[in-house]
Amino acid sequence: MFPKPIQKQSRAAQITYQSLLPLALIMWLLPLLAVGLFSVRPLSDFTNGNYWGMPSSFEFFNNYGRVFFESDMPRYLWNSVLITVPTVVGAVALSCMTGFALGIYRFKGNLLIFFMFIAGNFVPFQILMVPVRDLTVSAGLYDTKLGLILFHVAFQTGFCTLFMRNFIRALPFELIEAARVEGVAEWRIFWYIVLPLMRPAIAALSVLVFTFIWNDYFWAIVLTQGPDAQPVTAGITSFNSQFVAQYHLMSAGSIVAALPPVAMFFMMQRHFIAGLTLGAVK
Amino acid sequence: MSTANQSWAKRNRMTITPLLFLLPGILFFVAYVVFPIFQSFNISLYEWDGLGEATYIGAGNYQELLTDRNFEISLWNNVKWLVLYLLAIPAGLLIALLLNQTVPGIRLYKSLFFFPFVISQVVVGLVFSWFYLPRVGLLNALLTSLGLESINVLGDPTLATYGIIAAGLWPQTAYCMILYLTGLNAVDPEQVEAGRLDGAKGVKMLWYVILPQLRPATFIAFVVTIIGALRSFDLISIMTNGGPFGSTRVLSFYMFEKALSEYGFRMGYGSAIAVVLFFIMLFFIAYFLWSMYRDEREARR
Repeated sequence: MFPKPIQKQSRAAQITYQSLLPLALIMWLLPLLAVGLFSVRPLSDFTNGNYWGMPSSFEFFNNYGRVFFESDMPRYLWNSVLITVPTVVGAVALSCMTGFALGIYRFKGNLLIFFMFIAGNFVPFQILMVPVRDLTVSAGLYDTKLGLILFHVAFQTGFCTLFMRNFIRALPFELIEAARVEGVAEWRIFWYIVLPLMRPAIAALSVLVFTFIWNDYFWAIVLTQGPDAQPVTAGITSFNSQFVAQYHLMSAGSIVAALPPVAMFFMMQRHFIAGLTLGAVK
Repeated sequence: MSTANQSWAKRNRMTITPLLFLLPGILFFVAYVVFPIFQSFNISLYEWDGLGEATYIGAGNYQELLTDRNFEISLWNNVKWLVLYLLAIPAGLLIALLLNQTVPGIRLYKSLFFFPFVISQVVVGLVFSWFYLPRVGLLNALLTSLGLESINVLGDPTLATYGIIAAGLWPQTAYCMILYLTGLNAVDPEQVEAGRLDGAKGVKMLWYVILPQLRPATFIAFVVTIIGALRSFDLISIMTNGGPFGSTRVLSFYMFEKALSEYGFRMGYGSAIAVVLFFIMLFFIAYFLWSMYRDEREARR
């Protein structure tokens, strides 16, 4: 264990450590805490210049209520859900298959295809922007959720394949060989043997892709335009222009927009971290 | 005939099965990722507004880049992003070392330190632009309470880029921290003990015993940080929209501005900028792939 466990050090060191921890955390989250504080203030606090004192009244329900009932926020949130969930399902399904093919079979070009997926996953989005936008427009999918979903599925398949293939590589290969000796068809091996073993990888990728897609902004502004299809990351800018300089509402709005992936993270922490470290750091 | 077919399929099933499994994924990926890269190369040789007829102008767009002052600023800002963003790696390591203890509630601390990474960059951008606000922002409230002069970070062309990079470092440091925390879990306690017996401690121990064991974590931290730095777009778009006076543009943002915003629809010129960005990235991608390929060769079974 490194550094030296605090339990083996002096009592004074232990007390300092335990009391410095919360302080360090507050410093670390300071910008966010400020926004949290803003979001429960009444408007009058801002006009009176009371930015950092105690809120003169606690307006949590009022402010967040207005976000939900007096703006397009619920629509944007719902769009985000309708874009994110199908993307997660699509990308994970496709990459289960590609990962299986690349992880189990030896054939010419295996490594080449695998590296194509990895390399594609690293490219700057901007080099795809003009052609992908063009493709989406000519398919009649500009400013639709489907247009965004199709692109996201394709792009995320790169990252997901990397993850799935490495995960499948680490599975006991004897299981598959034994099944082959028994004469089990290849697709049955996939469905009945490999897929059940992939559950942790599927969980990890699902939370991770959920977060990536929910937080996407670039493609949202390239491929969509209005409240019919735009997800919440893009919608928040129009929300902010609706409530210009009303910091209490803008703060509440951004907290609402940020919340779903945060909730996802706290619920599925273990899977999330396994996914982030690409399974490479055990 | 059908039996011949069947036996052909059966004989080659170890080739056909993986191809069938790969097909949908590859189709999607080629259509939306691989092919567009080449299309962009091609478009960069044209003058095109995205709607009308495209005119072939050869290397014209690239020649224009050479004398474009804004391109130069963007490129230079990309360098700043690349260099300063790497600070996330030592900062992440530092926080990871700080939190790698077993005291009550440490798990919650780790998650709370990490969670800036989960928030969308759009919200991080908003949070920090309010943090920097000249009159209302917390930063200036703190500065004035310390008796210092207040600063308008995002309004000052010399400071704005650094202000945005600082905002970007916040989630990126959290990411590196979590990579190192998982890495530290796997550090071999026997080697640490052996090091202690040899009289190594503190920085020496870290450098000679711990860091070599953290190499996989460092590699991934390096990969994600470089990519994050070159992809920076959301923060700039939200916090300054390229301003003040275009001083915070980077290539990815400038490209978007040229191709898709009110500054006009110059698809060819935008693509040329994207191609330059792609080649900068390619340099790193080649290195990453080469390292992965080496590991792959070693792990061959």
